[in-house]
Amino acid sequence: MSGNLHSLTAHEIRKMMDSGSVAAPAVLDAVLRRIGHIDGKVKATVLVNKARAAESAASSKPGRLSGIPVLIKDNICVKDELTTCGSRILDGFKPPYDATVVRKLNDEGAVLIGKANMDEFAFGSSCETSCYGPTRNPWDLGRIPGGSSGGSAAAVAADETICAIGSDTGGSIRQPAALCGVVGLKPTYGRVSRYGLIAFASSLDQIGPITKDVEDSALLLSVIAGHDEMDSTSVDIPVPDYAKSLKKDVKGLRIGVPKEYFVKGIDPQVEQAVRSAIGVLKDLGAVVTDIGLPHTGYAVSTYYIIGPAEASSNLARFDGVQYGFRATDAKDMIDMYVQTRSKGFGKEAKRRILLGTYCLSSGYYDAYYLKALKVRTKIREDFDRAFASCDCIVTPTSPTPAFRIGEKTGDPLAMYLSDVYTIPANLAGLPGISVPCGFSSDGLPIGLQILAKAFDEETMFRAAYSFEQSTGHHKKRPTI
Amino acid sequence: MKIIDNDTVRHVAHLARISLDEGECAQYCSELHLIIRYISKLNEIDTADVLPTSHAVSTLKNVYRKDILKPSLSVDEALKNAPAREGDFFKVPQIIEGK
Repeated sequence: MSGNLHSLTAHEIRKMMDSGSVAAPAVLDAVLRRIGHIDGKVKATVLVNKARAAESAASSKPGRLSGIPVLIKDNICVKDELTTCGSRILDGFKPPYDATVVRKLNDEGAVLIGKANMDEFAFGSSCETSCYGPTRNPWDLGRIPGGSSGGSAAAVAADETICAIGSDTGGSIRQPAALCGVVGLKPTYGRVSRYGLIAFASSLDQIGPITKDVEDSALLLSVIAGHDEMDSTSVDIPVPDYAKSLKKDVKGLRIGVPKEYFVKGIDPQVEQAVRSAIGVLKDLGAVVTDIGLPHTGYAVSTYYIIGPAEASSNLARFDGVQYGFRATDAKDMIDMYVQTRSKGFGKEAKRRILLGTYCLSSGYYDAYYLKALKVRTKIREDFDRAFASCDCIVTPTSPTPAFRIGEKTGDPLAMYLSDVYTIPANLAGLPGISVPCGFSSDGLPIGLQILAKAFDEETMFRAAYSFEQSTGHHKKRPTI
Repeated sequence: MKIIDNDTVRHVAHLARISLDEGECAQYCSELHLIIRYISKLNEIDTADVLPTSHAVSTLKNVYRKDILKPSLSVDEALKNAPAREGDFFKVPQIIEGK
């Protein structure tokens, strides 16, 4: 009976539970056995708390996610559970409180199974900078799963969990979802509370679900969305019932295709898969129009000023005083800070802290940081103009399928450019979803990104669901 | 043109309370040079009359909470993760010179 429970979606399992054909402990058992079998190869998890999960599954607490196993990215606080952001500097840190999303998941009966690997402090596009070592792509263990929520995406793709939670600052949910062949959603900035998410870039970070299909994505967003007084940037507007947007109907929907996203650097197989996905939407009755987002080419530059600037400020709190790792043989207070930070942060974290500190330092602030904030306005205005003539925007999620482990670690700029299609939505605060839209000749997944207006996740879901249901790429799973 | 030199990297590292050895300094210097050269393409855009966006969701105004007493973390919970503790305080190396 429980042979392949781990390969089901949350809504499928909920249906079975409601009819009494399966119980939460059996689902948990299937998922834990799957982790036991394959996580030694994939290395998607950094912590699995079997006892806690078993207790939660046995309690059969009612709710929209009752009995559904969920894996949490390691930068989201779970009370009394190791939370390290994949960094040595948070060695041993057990938060004294739950993040709001964790509380909401628990309130709806979800079974939290553990923590997912990630790039250190979410700094990366490949999940290679974690202090725990790299996560591998379940479709090809020699390749990266994408990042920074690489553990969350790989675990969902490999059926090591039913669904997962990630965070997205420049594409960290959507890009790994694309590269692992699953569904990844970054909600509108302010839609989901960031309370308890260890901050990377506070004006860009947003928490979202990684799931096996669009229906689960809508289900999870319904649970985690909403205003929270603990996050002053969360927006106080009603959360719609996203299940109602799951209609296979895009007749008359105006879909914009930005020409700036199909330029040099895109893998021809990615372009072909995305073009054919646009054709599918057109055949379903959508009205496809060409649009311009003229400042697209400046988004990566803007992001790599604003992101590191905010990060260098946010990461100042890691000084060995209140939590985590502290260097022990310091001669005075300042030396303790310096030694703790020098030994505690990895290479990429230091690179971003240095870059951000440089952009904010006296004499450079106006030239870099302020300039980037102004270009951010231009990028936002591009989208405002585009959305006057379309309801959603369709693009590739990533310019290439998954690259090889180690391929870009020696070239930070090449790594940064792999987020070229996902960064603009963070700068503009817009919601975006990546859904599987095909495979390369090597059998690697390719993702389609759908962006919508701020707080219009419903239109995004409608387009994503219609596409998914008429193609079925999401049903294909890797063999490990 | 050299945008950033070893001394600047050292200065920035000092501001960020990070120490670098010679090799790290040279490596970060050459990497940051390439990154900053790339991001400098923002200078192609005229932003003279453009207002900065520090926050993408423009509907937000200053948010205040009500000034009422509420339970928060206990001292023990707040100090639970401290690398070193003395009584109800975080313990740190000596800051002020002399005894």
